[in-house]
Amino acid sequence: MDIALSILTGFAVAGASYLMMSGSLIRFLLGLVIVSNAVNLIIFVSGRLTFAGAPFIDKAVGSLGVDAANPVPQALVLTAIVIGLGLFAFTLALALRAYSEMKTDNADEMRLAEPRKDQE
Amino acid sequence: MNLLLVPIILPLAATAICVALRRVSGLQRVVNFVAALGLAWTGWLLVTAVQEQGIQSVQLSGWAAPFGISLVADQLAATLIMLTGVVASMVVLFGFSDLTSGEEKHGHPIFVQALLTGVCGAFLAGDIFNLYVWFEVMLIASFGLLVVGGRKDQIDGAVKYVGLNLIATTAMLAGIGLLYGATGSLNMAALHLAVEGNMDQPGILAAASLLLFAFAAKSAMFPLYFWLPAAYHTPSHTTSALFAALLTKVGVYTLIRVFSLVFDVQHPLLQVLLVTSGVATLSLGIFGAMNENHARRVLAYLVMVSIGVMTLGIAAGTTAAIAGTILYLMQTLIVTAALFMIVGCVAHLAKTEKLDRMGGLWRSYPIMGAMFVLIMLGVAGIPPTSGFWPKVLLVSALAEAGRWELVLAVVVGSLATLYAVMRLFSAAFWQATKTRRRAKVDIFRFTPIFILTVLVVGFGLNGQGLIDTARLSSVSIIDPADYINQVLGERP
Repeated sequence: MDIALSILTGFAVAGASYLMMSGSLIRFLLGLVIVSNAVNLIIFVSGRLTFAGAPFIDKAVGSLGVDAANPVPQALVLTAIVIGLGLFAFTLALALRAYSEMKTDNADEMRLAEPRKDQE
Repeated sequence: MNLLLVPIILPLAATAICVALRRVSGLQRVVNFVAALGLAWTGWLLVTAVQEQGIQSVQLSGWAAPFGISLVADQLAATLIMLTGVVASMVVLFGFSDLTSGEEKHGHPIFVQALLTGVCGAFLAGDIFNLYVWFEVMLIASFGLLVVGGRKDQIDGAVKYVGLNLIATTAMLAGIGLLYGATGSLNMAALHLAVEGNMDQPGILAAASLLLFAFAAKSAMFPLYFWLPAAYHTPSHTTSALFAALLTKVGVYTLIRVFSLVFDVQHPLLQVLLVTSGVATLSLGIFGAMNENHARRVLAYLVMVSIGVMTLGIAAGTTAAIAGTILYLMQTLIVTAALFMIVGCVAHLAKTEKLDRMGGLWRSYPIMGAMFVLIMLGVAGIPPTSGFWPKVLLVSALAEAGRWELVLAVVVGSLATLYAVMRLFSAAFWQATKTRRRAKVDIFRFTPIFILTVLVVGFGLNGQGLIDTARLSSVSIIDPADYINQVLGERP
């Protein structure tokens, strides 16, 4: 299971890098979504994947059983997903605005902030 | 309430109040300024608390470390919070004149306070995942500040800033994930114990590289600096000053923290990366600053030069070198804000930011000129200004450690910085021009620049206090036993 997920993560990062380096803003964003999900998988695998039970403490026992799953990576991934969603929403809006202001989604042609010497 | 929570809760509360008052910009201004001043005062209380009782820490919700989230303030974090408050209040004051009413209405004060929340959180975080969360808070607030106003070139700059910074935070998250997988811990004090002696494990080394990548991008180190000269000159001068003073410095702070507390900076791989990157950042910053015709882009490249110098100090890694780096960090916080604000003022008076179109300000504004000279000396590190002491400390520490190549880089860097700022000065004040300047320097622009200039000269004439603070901070950075005992409790 760990190995399968690790390989999947590798493929996701490779695909995302390809998309992000294409120069188009929308492809960059799609790559960003894929890579942030790949990173969530990394955290998930880091916490060890097991077929254990839910990490609830039985009141009668008073302590965590031996077959409980690790809850920390789930909390981390959840935090990362929420933050990622917020940032992605902002980035999408920014990309839309950039497209309507500059009439291009190619990063190489966005030269308003850094004009070429001959166009200054 | 614990004093450690105040630097986070105060700006957070101010953010909320500013949201509620978003239609009343007068009150918003007051809240913004008072909260920033309060932050400086809280920082001062923290500094005295750390001096009297040692490192302070608090375990949130009473969950004992290393399982809960710890906030820790040592000498370095406390001093930086204080300086952040001082600089932020001055920049807010400057913004009263500099910002357009549109920018104020569209949430500039809200984002400033949100940014301060993130910055203070990052200074206090004792847990590496918590550090990531504060970075995100800082990031989203800085996105807002960057696009508020909505001019075309701002949007363009923001696209590059957002793109590179999102890649960096993703890398940071991946590094944290790998580190957790390799050690099973997220608390930085516990990580120190887990990583010590295991630096060569592939998981830990990979995590170190990813985190170095992330912090390098945050602090605009080579080869991840492109966003800085692309974005820093597009928003208002107020925003530029705030970003230049705080954001990259937080990157450097986390570099110092994580690469002394968690990782061993003397590992050959980290040494190669830090030294090459530091020298390259320094040189590219110099070349950029010498060639650029846009005043604020010259400053953006000068920020890079200072980042390069600090990277070299971190790479050298001796107690004295870290002391020099910390002192440099503290003084560059103040002097960068002063430099960006005075250039903002110059651009306002000259009605242009192009160097070849400025000029002739000396005759009409001699006091501004004098302040510019003092701040310029502070940036270049020449007495009688505060910039001199960190250079002395750093260069002697590097020489002591036998790193002569780094000494050469730092010395060449400061000479070139002097050249670049003199170029700015002569373009703005001495260059002959036909147009007459009639604009007035108003009180909100003048006061913050004046106060910061006084600080720069004051610390230059009597730098003992800051030097002692930096030395004390560096001791606990190099030998983190106190920090670890404070967070995890006394161990046998």
